[in-house]
Amino acid sequence: MGFFETLASYLAFPFVRYALIVGVLTALCSSLLGVTLVLKRFSFIGDGLSHVAFGAIAIASVLGLSNEMLFVLPATVVCAVLLLRTGNSTKIKGDAAIAMISVGALAVGYLLMHLFSTSTNLSGDVCSTLFGSTSILTLTIGEVILCVLLSITVICVFIAFYHKIFAVTFDENFAMAVGINVGGYNLMIAVIIAVIIVLAMNLVGSLLISALVIFPALSAMRVFKSFFSVTVCSAVLSVVCTLVGMIVSIVGGTPVGSTIVAVDIAAFLIFAVIGRVRGE
Amino acid sequence: MAQLTCTNLTLRYGENVLVRGLSFEINAGDYLCIVGENGSGKSTLVRTLLHLQAPAEGKIETGDGLRTNEIGYLPQQTLVQRDFPASVREIVLSGCQSRMGFRPFYNKEEKALANENMAKMDITHLADRCYRELSGGQQQRVLLARALCATRKLLFLDEPVSGLDPKATAEMYELIERLNRKEHITIIMVSHDIHAALRYASHILHIEENVFFGTKYDYIKSPVGRYFMKLHHGKMDIRNGKTDKDKDADLKKVPAVSTNMVKGGE
Repeated sequence: MGFFETLASYLAFPFVRYALIVGVLTALCSSLLGVTLVLKRFSFIGDGLSHVAFGAIAIASVLGLSNEMLFVLPATVVCAVLLLRTGNSTKIKGDAAIAMISVGALAVGYLLMHLFSTSTNLSGDVCSTLFGSTSILTLTIGEVILCVLLSITVICVFIAFYHKIFAVTFDENFAMAVGINVGGYNLMIAVIIAVIIVLAMNLVGSLLISALVIFPALSAMRVFKSFFSVTVCSAVLSVVCTLVGMIVSIVGGTPVGSTIVAVDIAAFLIFAVIGRVRGE
Repeated sequence: MAQLTCTNLTLRYGENVLVRGLSFEINAGDYLCIVGENGSGKSTLVRTLLHLQAPAEGKIETGDGLRTNEIGYLPQQTLVQRDFPASVREIVLSGCQSRMGFRPFYNKEEKALANENMAKMDITHLADRCYRELSGGQQQRVLLARALCATRKLLFLDEPVSGLDPKATAEMYELIERLNRKEHITIIMVSHDIHAALRYASHILHIEENVFFGTKYDYIKSPVGRYFMKLHHGKMDIRNGKTDKDKDADLKKVPAVSTNMVKGGE
């Protein structure tokens, strides 16, 4: 069988189609705020939150919740808000707070899974949560619908507040002086990050989420010069890389998350070279 | 009524009281320079006037038809901006945010305003260039155009020439003066540069333990003004013809006084 025939035979399965829909939407969402996160030095907040989401999943599975997302999403949003707050407090500085929460959540999550898990394949479960090895292919129709709704909400909010997000990212002080509610928009950005991270857990697992957020933005920034073109380019790039990664992994039997990230890295290298050549 | 009236302000940085009992008012068309040593509270004052932080005591009132969101601001550059991928047009347009409320996109009027202000700042040819690739002077003009989109009345400039080469500095000062004279925009500028302050400003606010506020002519004659100029080896570099003859006559006497002060101090 040729490559396309193999692909066509896989596409006949509904779970493969679900996976592709969720993958594309997740990739689109996660790339939108990438530029803002990178420029606001928020990259680590994304990373920290993904570990929090891991901890939350552990708690959810211990509690035996049927739909984990309903618990993981609010927990991650709350942590996002807390992390943003600590950025302004003096007692624990922002990066230390992030490190503390993320490592703490990781440790407690694993501990809980170890103590209370009913599964016979504990390390398989952990690996799947961290690297998302198969969870994208085992989505229920309910999870797919939730994913689609959340993605559409994130995209709509981003478009509606695009210019405000630009103003707040480029120059907080000016934005504040002209009466934009900067604190409110920072909070909104943190909440959107939390939602994106929970969405992306299914696709690449909690350890690799940051890659999905940051790589497309960094790649686009090598080549494009305006905020708009960088945003559009990173969205397109993210969707393309994710599709390529997913198809390769489905056909070739490689782990989904790490294949996608590998494609993202390759794209980054290509863009870096293009940027270098153009710059000279 | 004055555009901006401050009554009995106390400024605080953390626990330290920087300034107590600061009162002054700014009228339409004034050009105020805020001078003072580092750490004297200039930046805190600007942040307070912009409502970025609340005053420890006292109050700030706006009048003469000036609303609090009609203030243009040229902040000092931040680290984030150095590698920010944004075109000049995008940045200038973002100055229109204050008049948008929750409307998500810019309308024709705002785009026209951005074009007009880019033309005023002579950066129309740079509109599609990337901000981070511009020279320091060009970047400041972009930020000034953005500030002009936010106001037609009052501009705050925080060290607008820091890091610029002498030519760009001179151009920046000329631009600001033109806005003040021709467009009748009130200017409030924080500056280290006492020479430029004396050359261009109409009023001086000197912040230290003994606050001075008044016209620059009074400043030159005040003890604090003399002392400060001595520290900075200040020469009297004030342009003639800008004011009435009495004051100019006063000014001609000042260099002698100032030299005496220097000698007396040594």
